[in-house]
Amino acid sequence: MKNFSPFVIPFTVGLIILLAACCIKWVRWYRHFTPVQKSQIRKNLISVNLIRALVESVNECLLHHRVFRRNLMLGYMHGSIALGWFLLIVTGAVEAGLEVHGDRHVWVAVFLRYFVHDPEAVCPYAGIFAQVMDSLLLVVLSGVSLAFVKSVYHKVVGMRKVTRHTAFDLFAKYSLWFIFPMRLAAESATASLYPNGGWLTDAVGSLFSVETARLMELPLWGLYSFSLGLFFASMPFSRYMHIFTEVPVIFFRRLGVRETDRRSGYTMYELSACSRCGICIDDCPLNRDLDHKTVQPVYFLRDIRYKRPQLETAEDCLMCGRCQVECPVGLDLISIRRQMRDRGTLDTAGTYDYLEKVKPFNAIGRVGYFGGCMSHLTPGITESMKKIFDAAGQKYWYMDENGSVCCGRPLYQQGFSVQAAELRRKNTRLIKDSGVKILITSCPICYQSFTKEYRLEGVKVMHHSEYIAGLIASGRIVVTRGDESITYHDPCELGRGCGIYDEPRKVLEASGRLLKTGQEREKSLCCGHNLGNTLISFEEQGKIRDSALSNLTAPAPDIIATGCPMCKKALGTGNDLKIMDIAEVVARRLIFS
Amino acid sequence: MPEFGFSISKGRTIDFDLLDSARTAALEGDDSGLIKCMDCGTCTATCSAGAFSDFSIRKIHTMFRRGQYDGVAEALSKCMLCGKCTLVCPRSVNLRHAIIRMRQTLRTSVPDDDDLRHYLNVL
Ligand code: SF4
Ligand code: SF4
Ligand code: SF4
Ligand code: SF4
Repeated sequence: MKNFSPFVIPFTVGLIILLAACCIKWVRWYRHFTPVQKSQIRKNLISVNLIRALVESVNECLLHHRVFRRNLMLGYMHGSIALGWFLLIVTGAVEAGLEVHGDRHVWVAVFLRYFVHDPEAVCPYAGIFAQVMDSLLLVVLSGVSLAFVKSVYHKVVGMRKVTRHTAFDLFAKYSLWFIFPMRLAAESATASLYPNGGWLTDAVGSLFSVETARLMELPLWGLYSFSLGLFFASMPFSRYMHIFTEVPVIFFRRLGVRETDRRSGYTMYELSACSRCGICIDDCPLNRDLDHKTVQPVYFLRDIRYKRPQLETAEDCLMCGRCQVECPVGLDLISIRRQMRDRGTLDTAGTYDYLEKVKPFNAIGRVGYFGGCMSHLTPGITESMKKIFDAAGQKYWYMDENGSVCCGRPLYQQGFSVQAAELRRKNTRLIKDSGVKILITSCPICYQSFTKEYRLEGVKVMHHSEYIAGLIASGRIVVTRGDESITYHDPCELGRGCGIYDEPRKVLEASGRLLKTGQEREKSLCCGHNLGNTLISFEEQGKIRDSALSNLTAPAPDIIATGCPMCKKALGTGNDLKIMDIAEVVARRLIFS
Repeated sequence: MPEFGFSISKGRTIDFDLLDSARTAALEGDDSGLIKCMDCGTCTATCSAGAFSDFSIRKIHTMFRRGQYDGVAEALSKCMLCGKCTLVCPRSVNLRHAIIRMRQTLRTSVPDDDDLRHYLNVL
């Protein structure tokens, strides 16, 4: 056979294993998509979303845009290896297409320099190709060197902690690292014998004497092929499966596929799309403040993927969503966590019959107000809301004045989806039967539940900050602007959960001097009391709260404001700072005409 | 005992021989801190479920702590897990955690000793 040497076998075998395993996994997972997910894909297949997905794939999988935004060096490390290698493959294939005619086996492009000794004779651009390929190789090598430095000194890429990998992942990583120096060595050995090198391979090749080069050429190509083969064969079973899963995940997501309450084929894609980059570790409050080392998504997803899920890991998470905004792959980490909390037979139906006696109220012509369970513990908020309604001349129905039927989200987050659905049904009936067109709630947990988990067609659900911002903007209430300085704490459920960042700030700016804090908006810190976690103790919650407080008190404000009764309670315990809800801040400054 | 002029109501007697505290023991060492409870009843006073029914979380977890499991699992399933009780407890008992753990511990089997049933009405 022309253009063959036995050393290409390890590479070819590795490639076959890789492709076969990927195809089997892809097909198997796809078959486990729910009918809804599949119909989403069919419905959106021919649309502009496809182009968006393509752009996102290039941005994230090759350029690593989100990683760059987090840290330049880290972005360079990921980007140089991914993009550099991708371009090496593409350019190599093009070059092989121009220089090799007939017998163009799959390995020829990979080991081109070994097979084509005098490229200038067959292709006028061979010289340019050689220079470009050498430069690309250097880019990849610089990324690999950076990865090596990172493994010893994490701070160089801005990470405090890096992933503790399994032995198999380490094995795959080292075989990846080995590939590029071997390629350089092999191509340099050949370049010192034949005129087919670029600037880099020529330079390294000049270090070889002709005898050494002759002796070493074949073994070096063999090592290069061997490391490629090892890496390829380990890819589908290691973290590197993300290379072949991230792109489909981006496409599925853009086509409208979402996680469901139970694990589906899409979850399998997401599990494998995690690159175990470890970016989710540093900002997790459980890691930062409590040193819980095994619960972050990187480990949690790995445990599920390798079929040894731990209930403790599934439960020990605040569901604050901080990891999710950091994850460069954009995985739906909260939903996967929730799926794993499935309570099975504990999740019983028909346990809320006692709520039958809560009867609907005819509230046509009024707005509905749902304080939420927690607001009963913070009467300042509900009283302020009453004042605001009165000032605006708005008739309202305080739906849960005599006790709240919980919105169901606390149960839902803990994996009791049947029980949660029952509470949702009850509240939905109460709301719909009342005839309200607008429902205002003071609790971001309820707000997220009403907007995402309920089907309240015809009813506009608002967080009280949105409602108050609207009242101020339309002049229905007037507030005097005080000169007290305020910092604002973004509740997880309202900010990261529902994307409401601006309305609370508008309201606060109308009432006082709003100061900036170091970590705000989607980077805000959890108060430690998110209902997502049932495991951590009061003392532990306190440590997380203290971190959040030190961020809020750093600009030395007169008032710390927030938009959640739970956060207000949490931030207010164990200190005598002035913590107020937005509604309270506004109610103090109302002008009655 | 008539000569003393009073009697002990049968219903209030707790016969320790009839109690099986195996499941309570299973919760020991768990970090919910239920063991710190001083039975003050603040949790019941604030309870969302208690606002609509005779559901009393203090009564239920007290029964559990005593090893009287009859009816406890069923009662616990009425909780809405809203977390108010946990927030108000003066002893920082992590009640939401305890409620889930109690339900898990009781899942496999519940003592079906009818003799213990009446304690539900006593506490
Ligand atoms: S979950 Fe996201 S951030 Fe965490 S290791 Fe995986 S890819 Fe990285
Ligand atoms: S949701 Fe919050 S607590 Fe849970 S793993 Fe992510 S950052 Fe950590
Ligand atoms: S509030 Fe706490 S201490 Fe009081 S009865 Fe309830 S659990 Fe026990
Ligand atoms: S969590 Fe359950 S027991 Fe506690 S207050 Fe809410 S409904 Fe009551």
